[in-house]
Amino acid sequence: MATNEKWVIPPPPVQRVENPAEFQGIVLEGVSKAFGPKVVLKQADLLIAKGETIVIIGRSGQGKSVLLKNIVRLMEPDEGLIWIEGEEVTSMRRGDLMELRKSFGFLFQGAALFDSMTICKNVGLMLEEHTDMTPAQIRARACECLALVGLEGSDDKLPSELSGGMKKRAGLARAIVMKPRYILYDEPTTGLDPITSDAITDLILKLQRELGVTSIVVTHDMPSAYKVADRIAMLSRGKIVFSGSVAEVRSTTHPMVRQFIEGSATGPLGAF
Amino acid sequence: MRAIIGKLGRLVLHGLQSTGRGALLLRSIVFQLPHAWSMRRETSEQMQIVSVGSLPLVVTTSVFVGAVTAVQAVYQMQAYVPMKFLGTVISKSVFIELGPVLIALVVGSRLCANYAAELGTMKVTEQLDAMNIMAIDPVRYLALPRFLAAVLMIPVITVLANTIAVVGGYVASVLTLDVTSSTFIEGLKMFYKHSDLMGGLIKSFFFGGIIAMSGIYYGFNTEGGAEGVGKATMTAVVGSCLSVLVADYFLAIILFQIVFRS
Repeated sequence: MATNEKWVIPPPPVQRVENPAEFQGIVLEGVSKAFGPKVVLKQADLLIAKGETIVIIGRSGQGKSVLLKNIVRLMEPDEGLIWIEGEEVTSMRRGDLMELRKSFGFLFQGAALFDSMTICKNVGLMLEEHTDMTPAQIRARACECLALVGLEGSDDKLPSELSGGMKKRAGLARAIVMKPRYILYDEPTTGLDPITSDAITDLILKLQRELGVTSIVVTHDMPSAYKVADRIAMLSRGKIVFSGSVAEVRSTTHPMVRQFIEGSATGPLGAF
Repeated sequence: MRAIIGKLGRLVLHGLQSTGRGALLLRSIVFQLPHAWSMRRETSEQMQIVSVGSLPLVVTTSVFVGAVTAVQAVYQMQAYVPMKFLGTVISKSVFIELGPVLIALVVGSRLCANYAAELGTMKVTEQLDAMNIMAIDPVRYLALPRFLAAVLMIPVITVLANTIAVVGGYVASVLTLDVTSSTFIEGLKMFYKHSDLMGGLIKSFFFGGIIAMSGIYYGFNTEGGAEGVGKATMTAVVGSCLSVLVADYFLAIILFQIVFRS
């Protein structure tokens, strides 16, 4: 047990396997990332099992989005190794990485829709680039994905014509169009009203059930986290400090987790 | 003193780093050239932005460049040089220097700002990340069409600008400077050389590349929000204009002192 002034911090959970190359899922081993003097990830370890929905919580600026982007190498880790289904990705060649990325869907915090393209084109772009489907087939599949997220009839609109919640749903439609095995959500409910947030959360649940994907959700939104998570991990000071089921999170005495879920300004995480 | 040397050193290092990164980006674009045909739709859209979108600017700039050259030439030549050389002066200065360089500065600034702002906004709003995660290479999808459009269309615009500038010079000479039409045309034909026109067009081809590279490079490397986009756009335009002027000198030496000298 480590002490943080007056709080007793339990040791971090063991998030390593003996042979990462045989692990069916995602393994992060000793991943570090710094931006100049600011160290964001510090020897972080994490295991994500295949088919699991893991929610990563933590205060702003603790490196949750950086962790997500390191997994798919949108950012390069300074050190550490990452395996996806037994393949080591940190040293992967660009061509192989591009191939691997086709099995990922990524919902960005601001949706990151291409603002010069219609919603239909946004959703269908991956199919246009990576399949031999005809334009009619691409449009049909894009419309199908848009219907799945409740955006029927919005296919010819531009992103600027959509509300924040609709943009997120369009981003989600784009993320699932290639039937990915993994979906990464970067703060899917941030900036949305509670009702829209809940609708997006339900949508994530629906996609999990219908597509059976492995999901990594980065969020601050605890009601949403409780609803979608198989497991919740907390990232603080560059490391995973806690990992447990929803029931374990609700009942834990871990002072960092308690402070976070209670939204208290007093605790080992500090206020600022 | 040490602080000044340190700052200077950092500036030089930053310059070398940018040049190296720019060279790597150019290499990536060149490696994507085999995919040019598959990007024909995007390239043609960009070509339209470069050409049709620049027309009012090109026409206005060229007409007045020709006219001003005529006025200045008449002022310099009166009492010393016969007016039959007026057409020669205008055509040579426009074909060799004014046409390619002014178009590269005027249209290039517009284009460079467009590329840097558009790509920079895509970078800060994570659209480039989105493209990468979709296994679509932004160099192939975004940089290649823009590069090809600039390299192919800047020379075409320069030909148009040269023509309009000579017509502008002719109109100004005949209507306001008491030079007869036949005198002007005689001068225009007198010392015409294909190499003048070709030299200018070869320069504009390289200028197109410089303009595109500056806009794409600074756009792709934008950091921060709106302020970052503004800074990237400004740096791209300044970098493009300076690079065009420096390249103009070296290209002039290579083309007119070595290649076309005979």
